[in-house]
Amino acid sequence: MKDGTSRNIWGSILFYLFIAVFVLVAMFPLLWVFKMSIVTRAELYASPPTILPQTFTTDSYATIFADATFQRALLNSTVIAGTTTVICLFLGSIAAYAIARLRFRFSSLFLTLILAIAFFPPVAIIAPLFLMWSAVNLNDTYWAMIIPNTVFSLPLTIWLLVAFFKELPKDLEEAAKVDGATTIQAFRKVIVPLAAPGVFTTAILTFIFAWNEFLFANTFSFTERTMPVTVAIPNFATVYTVNYGAQAAAAVVVTIPLVILVLFFQRRIVSGLTAGAVKG
Amino acid sequence: MTQAQARGRQSQPEGPRRELPKKSRREGLRGIIKEEFGNPERRAAYYLVVPALLVIVLVAFYPIAYSVYLSFQRVLPNQPGEFVGVQNYVSMVADPSFREGFYNTVIFTVVSVSLEFFIGLAIALAINRAFRGRGLVRAAILVPWAFPTVISAAMWRLMFQDQVGIVNYVANTLGIISQPILTDQTLTLIAAILVDVWKTTPFMALLLLAGLQVIPGDVYEAARVDGANAVQRFLLITLPLLKPAILVALLFRTLDAYRVYDLFWVMSDRQLESLSTYVYKAVRVSQLNFPIGNAAAVFVFFSAFAIAIFFIKVLGMKTSTEG
Repeated sequence: MKDGTSRNIWGSILFYLFIAVFVLVAMFPLLWVFKMSIVTRAELYASPPTILPQTFTTDSYATIFADATFQRALLNSTVIAGTTTVICLFLGSIAAYAIARLRFRFSSLFLTLILAIAFFPPVAIIAPLFLMWSAVNLNDTYWAMIIPNTVFSLPLTIWLLVAFFKELPKDLEEAAKVDGATTIQAFRKVIVPLAAPGVFTTAILTFIFAWNEFLFANTFSFTERTMPVTVAIPNFATVYTVNYGAQAAAAVVVTIPLVILVLFFQRRIVSGLTAGAVKG
Repeated sequence: MTQAQARGRQSQPEGPRRELPKKSRREGLRGIIKEEFGNPERRAAYYLVVPALLVIVLVAFYPIAYSVYLSFQRVLPNQPGEFVGVQNYVSMVADPSFREGFYNTVIFTVVSVSLEFFIGLAIALAINRAFRGRGLVRAAILVPWAFPTVISAAMWRLMFQDQVGIVNYVANTLGIISQPILTDQTLTLIAAILVDVWKTTPFMALLLLAGLQVIPGDVYEAARVDGANAVQRFLLITLPLLKPAILVALLFRTLDAYRVYDLFWVMSDRQLESLSTYVYKAVRVSQLNFPIGNAAAVFVFFSAFAIAIFFIKVLGMKTSTEG
């Protein structure tokens, strides 16, 4: 390390250049599509394309928000992803508590069965589920999507919650039990409040997972009545054939809530997502 | 997730047995039931786990079994089936669309996961240190990951599009392409791979970075003292110690890429075939193909299973933290 300082400076410059390129590439589509959504149609079709927006209009957003299909799709997505999250958190937190905290014979077998779903290709069950839903008239209802979404989100939910529950101090619960609380009470009154931050992170990730789901939605939703945004937006390519601004605006509207959630809770999300890799 | 799953899988045959004395095993089923349900804490554990398990068995395992059963029948929605043996599988393999979907899926999986791995590893190695702006990098990693795949596909389709698409414009100006990207199958497949690399490389980097961060620094110190150069340190220390994280990330991404659906469906406007789009079309688009599509679904399930087994058994994915 003879001329360490000048080497360090060049190293740092290169490093930050690399970081800048990386961040730019990762963010580019969002920024570019955002730009497409706010410029006039004339600028959109300009050749060569402009790099920075030269014009500004909210026409594309006006178009998209006046669209009844889009409004309905936003509502459908919220209901489907919200219900999935609630059910997953309920089923997941009680199961994760048992796995993390209680000793019983088939604990690892249960965990294996549940987590095996993470390796399951969802497409493998759409054919039989389609027949099953036809038999009980569930096709084209919210439940036709909520139920499979729940099953495929559960491994993530349980995995995260088991990790969170294991980190909680065990003494408190035991103290509660000494004071005469049952296992269920100890869970409700002690574990749930303590685990709230972890449960909240899990809820966000489960919600994103369910909000982004496409295969089940595309299979089990037939009409605009139940269609979530992930199904509605690709269809805009045919509805708004040449209105690329409107298509861009729709993509931005659907993504912005997720981007905000992610930016706000990034630290927690990263530690939740990498829990498995680190501990292995 | 994968680790614990693998861990559970491995300890399943020996784990529970080890805990219990031999005697209780000889008592048989009745003894087990008595032991497990006699104790209130254990009983509570079962009550807590059973709802989740029930949902999973009913909505995932049962349909798979049903699907396998149906794959030997000529069945159409709302009609009774008849047993046809392996006829559905024979028709499936003979169907050019299926073969096209299979090839596209394999090419897509191999190329995109390889690219994601090498670029992701490079990024992880580069950012594995303390520096200003970590938050920004973390955001850049998470934003593409959090995008719904269909929406990122729709966004990129707008950018690849021949009238207003920036990528198409640049590629055209540079003379790389002679026709609009999305009108050509091969170019569309390449475009889909690029979009997948964009979307999931950061996540791959995140998983690998987590693996890198648990390698203790003094190992490198010791190697440096012993005179190992940077290449040696990377090949002899980083790679072996990172192997568990690498295998988990690769298995996770491979199975994810193998089920590609959203990306192809939206980017190519339903033209580009993958295994998943093939199954989907049989279920929703032309139900005359239902039995063959169902057979393809069974094929997807068992081939994905084989990939997981390959990672765990052949590549020696670390299946247990206990050792």
